[in-house]
Order: sequence, then structure tokens, then C-alpha cells
Amino acid sequence: MNVKLNRVGIAAGVLLTVTALAACSSSGSKKDNAGGSGSGDITCSSGNLKAEGSTAQANAMTAWINAYEKKCSGAKINYNPTGSGAGVSQFNANQVDFAGSDSALDPTKGEVAAAQKRCGSTPLDLPMVVGPIALGYKLSGVDKLVLTPELVTKIFTGKITKWDDPAIAAVNSGAKLPSSAINVIYRSDASGTTANFEKFLAANDPTDFTAQPAKDNANQVFKGQGKAGSQGVASAISSTDGSIGYVEYSFAVNGSLSTVSVDSGSGPVDVSKDSASAAVADAQVTGTGDDLTLKINYATKAKGAYPIVLVTYEVACTKYSNAATGKFVKNFLDYTVNGGQSLLAGLGYAPLPSALQTKVKASVGKIS
Amino acid sequence: MPERETMTDRLQPPAGDSPIDPPRVGGETLHERRADGPLVHGDSGQDIVEPGAPIDPQVRPVIGSAQALAIDLSETPPISGAGPATSSGTGRVRIGDRVFGLMTSGASLFVILVVLLVGVFLVVKSVPSIADDKLNFLTATEFDPGNLRFGIAALLWVTVVISIIAMIVAVPIAIGIALFITQYAPKRLARPVAYVVDLLAAIPSIIYGIWGYTELAPKLEPVQRLLSHLPGPLFALKFPTGTIFDGALVLAVMVLPIVTAISRDVFERTPRANIEAALALGATRWEMIRMAVLPYGRAGVVSGAMLGLGRALGETIAVYFVLSTVGGFDTSIFRGGSTFASAIALGSAEFNNPKATGAYIAAGLVLFLLTFVVNAAARAVVNRRKDFV
Repeated sequence: MNVKLNRVGIAAGVLLTVTALAACSSSGSKKDNAGGSGSGDITCSSGNLKAEGSTAQANAMTAWINAYEKKCSGAKINYNPTGSGAGVSQFNANQVDFAGSDSALDPTKGEVAAAQKRCGSTPLDLPMVVGPIALGYKLSGVDKLVLTPELVTKIFTGKITKWDDPAIAAVNSGAKLPSSAINVIYRSDASGTTANFEKFLAANDPTDFTAQPAKDNANQVFKGQGKAGSQGVASAISSTDGSIGYVEYSFAVNGSLSTVSVDSGSGPVDVSKDSASAAVADAQVTGTGDDLTLKINYATKAKGAYPIVLVTYEVACTKYSNAATGKFVKNFLDYTVNGGQSLLAGLGYAPLPSALQTKVKASVGKIS
Repeated sequence: MPERETMTDRLQPPAGDSPIDPPRVGGETLHERRADGPLVHGDSGQDIVEPGAPIDPQVRPVIGSAQALAIDLSETPPISGAGPATSSGTGRVRIGDRVFGLMTSGASLFVILVVLLVGVFLVVKSVPSIADDKLNFLTATEFDPGNLRFGIAALLWVTVVISIIAMIVAVPIAIGIALFITQYAPKRLARPVAYVVDLLAAIPSIIYGIWGYTELAPKLEPVQRLLSHLPGPLFALKFPTGTIFDGALVLAVMVLPIVTAISRDVFERTPRANIEAALALGATRWEMIRMAVLPYGRAGVVSGAMLGLGRALGETIAVYFVLSTVGGFDTSIFRGGSTFASAIALGSAEFNNPKATGAYIAAGLVLFLLTFVVNAAARAVVNRRKDFV
């Protein structure tokens, strides 16, 4: 009988492997869904390019790679979404040609020095993808909900526990808020989304949010229940009335979640690609030279700016030891910062604001 | 009389049909072959004595047929060759034998080496982090590796509780299925049922996870609400879904095929003589199972349950999806939490800081030791029970 058990197991294993392989090959060859939009300005290179890193920009990368490979038949680009930390360490170990990361190289961790050594030239942090983080909620009878950053902090840290709290009612005049408990949902797995959301809380309400923003401390800092993955959070919100949680914009759209308008002082702002771009436009470039490390102003009071955003960078060298690789990286990133930006809105991301886009273009132009 | 005959007819297939002969079966087939003649006429007195007794002294040589072969080979050369030629003559024959022997011992050494190296890896990687831990590693309930504030108490609690609930649910059902397949079901029903149970083992655990949190957990909500009326801090209702209870039921389904398969194997091997004797003494089917089948299979069921427990303790991805995480500590089973395995999986996306990674590996080390202890306990139970069989 054990043999039968094993046989079934092996059969299932073989089946899974075959399916997985099929999935791999199909994702590699699926080029048509990205569409031709914005592919007119592609400068082709041929050969192989390897990249690795942030999962937050994986969908954007997939679309860009598909569009690029469709235009340039000899080009093969492979982006492995294993996480920002893994991407940066693979880049510094000279295993991949560029990395995707949700935070710029950190000099205090020695990442800048390691990247400098690997490149033999100045490493660059190039902002490429803006990801709005939505506050999704489910509350029957409430179609529009406005919260200030302080209220968001108090809700997530358990200092406000009822929907009809006077502080919430004060900014939602006219809304029929129920007296039910607030069910807070957060990400349980380590994620840059959590880190950026915590940065937003820490920047706006340091008295209520005292922890150091990190990717994996949600269990300690939030009062509620954690769910694995963006999909887990989105479905947990939509399945229980009275829930609120933070999730990437695309998941809020796909899951048809109601989203909170955030009022940072200049009126309530809905999450959208334009309002997120406006917040990034208010960010300050702290990188020196061609490096474009950003300091996002999470407490922005700019009109129409939605302050909970995540920016992912492409980490590349100014000068590659292999000239062909350098040219390929330059051509590909030149596409992503120009024509590629128009694909982002359809994927739940936001395009770079135009002033920053111009700077990134200039920096990409220096890659060789 | 006719009734009794049909019973034995039904009982016959599982005993004779079992496709895989267990190592011990060498003895049993021998015994059955010998017993074949007299058994039909129900010479039960002789049969009851047999199953226990012959297995040890007489049968061993039959099992060890490889040894007998080796002895034969070593003794043949002197017949074919002269005295001095023995070394070269035997050498050629013995090389294959020795190589095969070395290969088998190499294989087992390899496994031991792998386990040891994994243990060394766990210790080496986790010790620096444990040394820098700002909390007590064994008693703290907080688990925040990023800030080097971590303890395993809460993880240990959830891991053990979720597995124990899973076993409480799964083992009785598994024994029931195994008894049905081996003792009650007609042959044409027994096989499909056994097959379907085996099929449960082939479903990937991520499917159980997705099924658990999208389908099962919402449907268990009323059950939880009902159970929460029970007194005690264990049953305080904290979360609607994604609780330890939800996770335990998913795990119960996952370990069911393991416990069932092993219980079925041992029940099938209950000596026919014991069964016939019980029936001959006028036992009903249930009494026969209680007197003959269950005592015989107890050790097997225990080891099957322990194997299942090992699976439940280490199950990762299903728990990762089903269980909501939560901060702080509480004894309620209607609350979320993380097991060792799910906590490691949740943190795995960002293993870039060696100290924080070490904290997760330290949790893995404790799980490693826990599984080790469970397996050792299972072995001890099985060994102790052997004497009674």
C-alpha cells in the first residue's frame, strides 16, 4: 500500500514539475499582452541580461521585458523577483546586471561600498516605478471614508477601536458610521509595502507610532490580524465587514475594495496614479551626482498628493566592465523611463512625475 | 454457520491480497503456508500459539537469505579451485559483494552525515543571533528578528497546540477508515476508498492552504462560535477566521492519509489465526476487532500517528495561508498565531540581514529538536509495544 502511496506522490510530483516548466516557458514567451504602446522608442540590443530583486515592481518588469523582447528579437532579459535584499546582494556579488530594490543602496550597511567595488564605477539608484499603497476598507453603508494620517496611525496601533469614534466622525460629517469594532488587517509576511506604510505613519504621527519602520515587524506594531501576501490582505478585507487594511493599489482595484481618502491638511485625496505621482514630485532628491536616491515626503501637504507611496529603484553601474552589457542596460532602462512609463497605469502603478523622469533619463544616458 | 463462512470469506482477501509483503512477512507467509491445510478446518488452538512464537527464532534465517547466500558463495570456491587459489578465486566474487556492502553502508552514512550537517548548520548560524538576543530566547513570546527581540515561547505553543488538535481530530477518523477498509468494506469498495485516501496525500499543501482560507475557515466560523461557549481560556473567541482551530482542521485533513495508510497496513497484517480464533469463540465483529485487530495494530497506529504529528509540526505553506498572525500572546485556540515553520516562511522574503536570518534559523533549530524528540518518543513507544504483540 505504501508503494501505491509513493506512486501517486511521484505521479503528482511529475505532473507538478511539468506544469511548472510549462508555466515557465509560457511566461517567458508571452509577449503580446503588453501591447505596443510606448514601444516606438526602443533602441535594441541583443544578448542576455540578468536582473533580480523587488517583487513590488515585478509586474511592471514583466510588461516591460515583454514589450522590449517583442521589439528586439535577439534580446533576452530575465528578471527574478526574489525580494529587494536578495536583488541587491546578487548585484553586489556580480551575479546580475542590475537590481530592483524598494530602497536605495544603504551606505550604513556597506551596500554602496560593495556596489562601488563590483562596478568599478559609481553605482546608481534610479527611481523607476511608483507604487501607490491603498487603504482598503469594507464598511456597509459607508461609500466614502476620509481619514487623517493621525487617525490611520491610531486605528492601526489600536488606539481607536470603534468605527463611530468621535474623531473619525469629525472628519466624515454626514457618513453613517456603525458602532462596530474596527478589524485591522496587515501584511504578515516581510514586505516593503509594510515598511513604506510604517514610514508614512512614523513621519506623520511619531507620538502614536514609535517603532522603527521595518519590513517584518507588523505583528509587533499593529493591533489586528496579519494575512500573508497582498492577495491575502485584500481578500480578508473584502470578506469581513468593518475591516481596514493597506494593500498595493492594483490589489485594491482588482478586489473592488473601497479605498480611504487621506486628508493630510489640504483636503481629502483619493488614491490614484496621478495623486501618487504628485506625492513623488514633492520628494527631495538626496542622491549626489547622477544618483537619484529620493527622500519621500510622507507628510506632504502638496495639493492633490496622496502620501502613501512606494518607489522602487533600479540599481545599476555607471560603467560596466563589459561594454555590451552596459549598452544593453542603458537601452533597456532608457525604454523603461520613456515609453515604458505609459504601461504603468494599467498595472496599478503610477508613472514618474515629469521633472523626476527628466532627471532619470539624464542619469540613464550616462550608463555605458 | 453460513454466516460465519461469509465472514471469513470477506476477511480472506485483505490478508492474502496485501501486495507488499512487510519484512516480517517472511515469517508469516511461512506460517500461513504451513497453516493452510489445517486452518480451513479451524484448528484454532494451534494457530493462536503460532503467530507470536515462530517469528523470532525460526524465521530469522529465512529473512536473512542474503547472509545465507554470502556464506554459500564463500564456501563454493574451495570446491572448484585448489587451496592456494582461494584468495584470488574468492576475490573476484567477493568484490561485487563488498562493493555492494560498502555502497549500502555508504548510503546510510550519507544520510547520517546530512542530518548532522544540517544540525551543525542550524547551530552555527543561530548561535550568534541567540547570543545577541535582547530577550530570553526560550521564554519570550515576542518574535521580532529585525530588532533582535525574539523568543520562541509563543511559536512553540502554537506549533504544539495546532498539531495536537490536528491529531485529536485525525487519528480517530484515520483508525475508522483503516478498520472500514480492512475489516468491514467489501473488496470492491475497499480499494476505491483506500485509493481516494491515498490521493489526499498527493494534493500539494499550497492547495490545502488556499482551500483552507478561502473555503473552510469562513464555514468554520459558526462552529467556533459554538465551541467558544466551553469554559476556560483555551476557548475564548478572539478572531472570526484564520484561527489556530482553522489551521488544525486543515492539518488534520493533511495528516489523515499518512495515519490511515500505516494503520491500514498493520490492521491488514493481523494474523488470520487471531481473527478466526476470536470469531470461533463467538465474538461479534466489533469484539473481534477489539480483541484481535486493535491490540495487534496498536504499535503501528502509534507510529503512524507520530509520523503524522511530525508532518503537522513541520507543515509550512498551508499554515502560512490559513493562520492569521497576531502580536502578543494568548492561550486561546480561536486566535491567530505563527508556528515555527510559518514564521520562518513569513520572514523568508527578506533574508538579507545575517543576524535577523539567524533568529529565524534559531526557530528552525528548535523545530528540528522538537521533531527529533517526537520521533524518538514514537520509536520508544513502538519498541516498548513490540513485546506485547
